Amino acid sequence: MPRVPRGAGMTRSILPVLTVVAAIVALWYAAAFAMNQQWTRDQAARAGTEPTLAQIAADTMSQERPKLPAPHQVAAELWDTTVAKRVTSKRSLVYHGWITLSATLLGFAIGTGLGILLAVGIVHNRAMDMSVMPWAIASQTIPILAIAPMIIVVLNSVGISGLLPKAVISAYLSFFPVVVGMVKGLRSPDAMQLDLLSTYNADRWQTFWKLRLPASMPYLFTSLKVGVAASLVGAIVGELPTGAVAGLGARLLAGSYYGQTVQIWSALLGAAVLAAALVGLIGLAQRLTLAAMGMNR
Amino acid sequence: MGGPVIEAKGLGLTFETRDGPVHALKDVDLAVGKGDFVSFIGPSGCGKTTFLRCVAALEHPTAGTLTVNGTTPDEARRARAYGYVFQAAGLYPWRTIAGNVRLPLEIMGMSRAEQEERVARVLELVDLAGFGRKYPWQLSGGMQQRASIARALAFDADILLMDEPFGALDEIVRDRLNEELLKLWDRTGKTIGFVTHSIPEAVYLSTRIVVMSPRPGRITDVIESPLPRDRPLDIRDTPEFLEVAHRVREGLRAGHAYDA
Repeated sequence: MPRVPRGAGMTRSILPVLTVVAAIVALWYAAAFAMNQQWTRDQAARAGTEPTLAQIAADTMSQERPKLPAPHQVAAELWDTTVAKRVTSKRSLVYHGWITLSATLLGFAIGTGLGILLAVGIVHNRAMDMSVMPWAIASQTIPILAIAPMIIVVLNSVGISGLLPKAVISAYLSFFPVVVGMVKGLRSPDAMQLDLLSTYNADRWQTFWKLRLPASMPYLFTSLKVGVAASLVGAIVGELPTGAVAGLGARLLAGSYYGQTVQIWSALLGAAVLAAALVGLIGLAQRLTLAAMGMNR
Repeated sequence: MGGPVIEAKGLGLTFETRDGPVHALKDVDLAVGKGDFVSFIGPSGCGKTTFLRCVAALEHPTAGTLTVNGTTPDEARRARAYGYVFQAAGLYPWRTIAGNVRLPLEIMGMSRAEQEERVARVLELVDLAGFGRKYPWQLSGGMQQRASIARALAFDADILLMDEPFGALDEIVRDRLNEELLKLWDRTGKTIGFVTHSIPEAVYLSTRIVVMSPRPGRITDVIESPLPRDRPLDIRDTPEFLEVAHRVREGLRAGHAYDA
């Protein structure tokens, strides 16, 4: 049995990830052919010609408004809007990505801070323990697409517009996983550990700083990964309702208004790459923190 | 300064459960003097751990009186009069061994210099000098338990309460740790309360053996050990040792420990 070299998580999983990506791309090409060929056949019928299979295949891969853009079309669009454009241009995906990212990061920071504070309160205060959780859960059951326009309109009416309303929606979506994870983490030490601190006559804050908080770190990072992805979704959703002009959500919206499916797909892929990068960064922070705490074997 | 360090009179602890009251302790009378090494032995449910926890103010009795150092157990706990060693080492995985031993000293607000000095001294005492910078997962079970004992000794409490500390370890490590514990007791002169399941361990370590039995949890016999204070491991093969062990076994039998 060959020994798998123990490296960082990334290098070990590169080959399986690439394999899966290749399989997805192959399926994607097949689907593009299947979905776009109807339009090709209709156009050919109108022109009175009988295209061969090869001609149909070639055409489905290069339509201007395909039902499903082919991977190379999306790749070309991505290259065109990221590398080939100035970063400050309004057509640059990097520019739009940054707009969405700034709202995501601000919302994530607010949501995480709020989530941790609520978790600390729930664990230390009986009244909060019994009252906050049901409300937190209820808040997540309301569809975000319904709440987002309301939040934006209300905040706009008091003069707050632009970054902050989107950050509020991001925070709304990201605080919940942090609350749940932190409560579990802060409560993870067992009775024996708490008894031990009791024999030292430690007070609640000493118990918090020396036991509960370090014990909750693994749980926190897991929640942060979920939270940052939810935060990105919140920022994009926040760009949809009011017909925003900037951000990845805006690109998605504009693409759908004008039937530019390639634009939609490239914005989609841009968002996916952004999400993967954010989760990866949190994973890196997790490894560094746990290593500093001596918990990395 | 006279009087017993731990004194229980008519101590009782009853848990109210759905299936009726459970008498974990009933009418327990015991006086432990300074420098005694008292073992508590008995089958499950006889109340030995419960008694130790009452002394540590981790449980509260429902009847009788219990004093530690002349005051209530809670007062003694607040005065940090004892160190407690649990069955599992319970070390924090995010702290080094030295960091773990420092834990009570940090909570008690000692200066950094004093913490360093005490940690070094107490690691030396349990023969873990040089392991201060290692993490718990790098140590064996026996070494982790030694670190846990070091932690309990770090703040110089006069009383050491140990709840089956070597229960999870194998026989050979156990023998070695028993020897070390006796040496430690000799050097520090602490009063030790030791809960165990093992008859040889109880007889080897203690000056006094308290035999308990369950339902209700009570003391069946208190045996003053005739063995000399200085005990090499070989003493376990002597007839005096076997006699004491026999007495303990009789006490357990009288308390129906060997009944089905």
